[in-house]
Amino acid sequence: MQKLTSIEDFHALRARLQADQNRHIPTIVISAGTCGQASGANDLIRAAKRELLARGLTDRIHLRITGCHGFCEAEPSILIEPRGTFYPKVGPAEMVGIIEAVARGEVVESLLFVDPHTGAPVEKQSDVPFFKKQVRTILSRNEKIDPIRVYDYIENDGYVALARVLTQGDPHQVIEEVKVSGLRGRGGAGFPTGLKWELLSKQRNGTGKYLVCNGDEGDPGAYMDRSVLEGNPHSIIEGMLIGGFATGANKGVFYVRNEYPLAIKHLTIALRQCRELGLLGERILGTDFSFDIQLVRGAGAFVCGEETALIRSIEGKMGEPRQRPPFPIERGIHGKPTAINNVETWANIPVILQEGGARFAKVGTKRNTGTKIFSLVGKIKHTGLVEVPMGITIEEIVNDIGGGPVGRARIKAVQTGGPSGGCIPAKRFDLPIDYDSLTEAGSIMGSGGMIVMDENTCMVDVAKYFMNFLKGESCGKCFSCRKGTQRMYELLEDISVGKGTLEHLSLLEELALVVKDTSMCGLGQTAANPVLSTLHYFRDEYLEHVKNKRCPGGACKELVTYWINESCVGCGVCSKQCPQEAISGGPKERHVIDHAKCIKCGNCRTVCRYEAVQVV
Amino acid sequence: MVTLTINGLPVSVEDGTTLLEAARFLGFPIPTLCHMEGLSPYGACRLCVVEVGEGPKARLVSSCTYPAQDGLKVRTASARVLRARKMILELLLASCPQSKIIQDLASAHQITRQRFRQEHEDCILCGLCVRMCNEQMMAGAIGFRGRGETRSIGTPFDIKSEQCRLCGGCIYVCPACQLRCTYTEPDKAICGGCANLSPPCVEKDQFDDMMCYMNPCVACEIVKD
Repeated sequence: MQKLTSIEDFHALRARLQADQNRHIPTIVISAGTCGQASGANDLIRAAKRELLARGLTDRIHLRITGCHGFCEAEPSILIEPRGTFYPKVGPAEMVGIIEAVARGEVVESLLFVDPHTGAPVEKQSDVPFFKKQVRTILSRNEKIDPIRVYDYIENDGYVALARVLTQGDPHQVIEEVKVSGLRGRGGAGFPTGLKWELLSKQRNGTGKYLVCNGDEGDPGAYMDRSVLEGNPHSIIEGMLIGGFATGANKGVFYVRNEYPLAIKHLTIALRQCRELGLLGERILGTDFSFDIQLVRGAGAFVCGEETALIRSIEGKMGEPRQRPPFPIERGIHGKPTAINNVETWANIPVILQEGGARFAKVGTKRNTGTKIFSLVGKIKHTGLVEVPMGITIEEIVNDIGGGPVGRARIKAVQTGGPSGGCIPAKRFDLPIDYDSLTEAGSIMGSGGMIVMDENTCMVDVAKYFMNFLKGESCGKCFSCRKGTQRMYELLEDISVGKGTLEHLSLLEELALVVKDTSMCGLGQTAANPVLSTLHYFRDEYLEHVKNKRCPGGACKELVTYWINESCVGCGVCSKQCPQEAISGGPKERHVIDHAKCIKCGNCRTVCRYEAVQVV
Repeated sequence: MVTLTINGLPVSVEDGTTLLEAARFLGFPIPTLCHMEGLSPYGACRLCVVEVGEGPKARLVSSCTYPAQDGLKVRTASARVLRARKMILELLLASCPQSKIIQDLASAHQITRQRFRQEHEDCILCGLCVRMCNEQMMAGAIGFRGRGETRSIGTPFDIKSEQCRLCGGCIYVCPACQLRCTYTEPDKAICGGCANLSPPCVEKDQFDDMMCYMNPCVACEIVKD
């Protein structure tokens, strides 16, 4: 790779790359993020390479290995460009047929996505209901780019925004542009990014300022940042370079959790390529602007997503929050002014500088602009990463994009914002998704986890699950947070095993409010949210546990019994699956569960095809 | 100098003064467990919370770590503060019922019962001993380990630290007295001074020279005279 010594050099390279590009050659795009690889994308890649080589098709069909496309439920999926054909859940054996079809310019009908509502096959990715309602500004770029090839990124207008910013040479204008865009921090709190940058640029500290990319994504069930880090690392580097130029910072830090090995690998490669190309380091593209980025791996503590704990972790100390003020913008890493932004925020920056802030602000609502990526998981047909404009309703995400409930059970609630968030009941699904509405409803936007729950989910159990997570992940510095989460878990445990009383409920609420009030950092201040929001919206479920010792969701083992009803046809599948041999009954006879032996594992209910196993 | 209002009284203090220092300067009592003059503020016990700000933006902050700011309105004993303080004391009492300091504080706040499952822990992880060892004794022999419910104080890998000079400072500052002299188990003894002698009840005269702050002696309750 030859070092680029001027902005003209860069434009020449880009022009050369784009001239070489032939958009008409069919390309097989394999989604191979961590999720894709886990479901077998590596086998697909091997099969595709072997087949293309064996048939001598390497010049006629291209292969591109990219990060995650977002439709996790359909992984490993492939996309055929430029036609836009989408094949979900492809096996290595099917790859042969697909390559043959691509070579002939045809489509393998039998492998196409089938719309679960109409039963008709859908060819184009853009017509798949999961993708149809999304506005994929960030995620769609994952499909275009092989994350380990910087040329792929440059070919797709990468680093153009940086080149423009450097040509114009006016940091204030960049900050102004970001302010006009109305971009708010995607990490959850929603602080206006332009304002944060302005504050940093005004800090008088001659010895250097820091920019940090917070990639310590720890919420259970959330992986938006991972897919961007893995799929498009250069967009984040470009965002940070622009941020560095605008704010006068010259050091950047990627803080990525070590649980994301692929993201770390791709980032390391991307940083190396940028240094070789002269896009990082001293005198970038021959200008006076110097910036370098270091990669720091997180050691696995959830609390290190909190900015003051993150700073301490970067400094090599124990990840433990400290009192703000002073805010990191005044005193951050090693006492230097530091601005910390989330991965997704950084990824939005090149988009804003390329399109212009005003155009960016047109998407979404007035105070909440742009798009947001959510990881839609839980009891829903289509799970995956969805990128939607701010202000879309929960209803649209759950039913239109997510395709509604999996089974017959109705959807009861959506949990947003991870362990610090809250549950929003189905009756409030008309709520627009933006920072302010979610906070008003008792939840938070958070980094974008969205867990869908149906009637078989017990809200006490949900609150208990999150409290269990938090009592282990609280740093333990504040007594109220450490002991408070333990005691809340203890109370919830009592309620879920039928030992709860009405006093338990009032004590739980009282304690939750105090934990929220007295803790130092964001983790403690929001730790009570799972309890408070479920108590607010689902108090009847708690009362059912406490008064009648029943669990309506059927999740609290101590409070339920399994019965086999008259729908039983005596197929015997359940008795074979029962680990306790608690189910008896002859062929074609209604089976019976021996309650003395039953451990309520739920296996019988899962395997029964006649819905004959009931939980009471 | 910054000027702020505490419980309606204006006060001017130097830059960098904490709310706790400012309030104590005016004579408003604020209970603390993890604060000690000469050691850096930490904010672990949350007993010293005070209410700052007004209206919907009012919030509780730990006064020992929060710097005084111009125009700040502070309330040290509002209903919200007292409610929080009582709950924290109740939690403390539930976990460390034997601590004299906690019992006294609870009684001063009219706490007559605690509604949680009784535990018998000793350490409240206030971190005074860690800071004492680090900042005053310049040893850094003990520190925090783990997080959340498994957080504890001790030496790395529970191996007796070479940095430890057996000064006993940690025992001296402990408000809940977890780091009591564990004479009976010499391996675990933080100080271990008396363990090197014959049992103190036998050689009482030698015991007199010990730099031991435990009075009476935990092993056999001999009072030094």
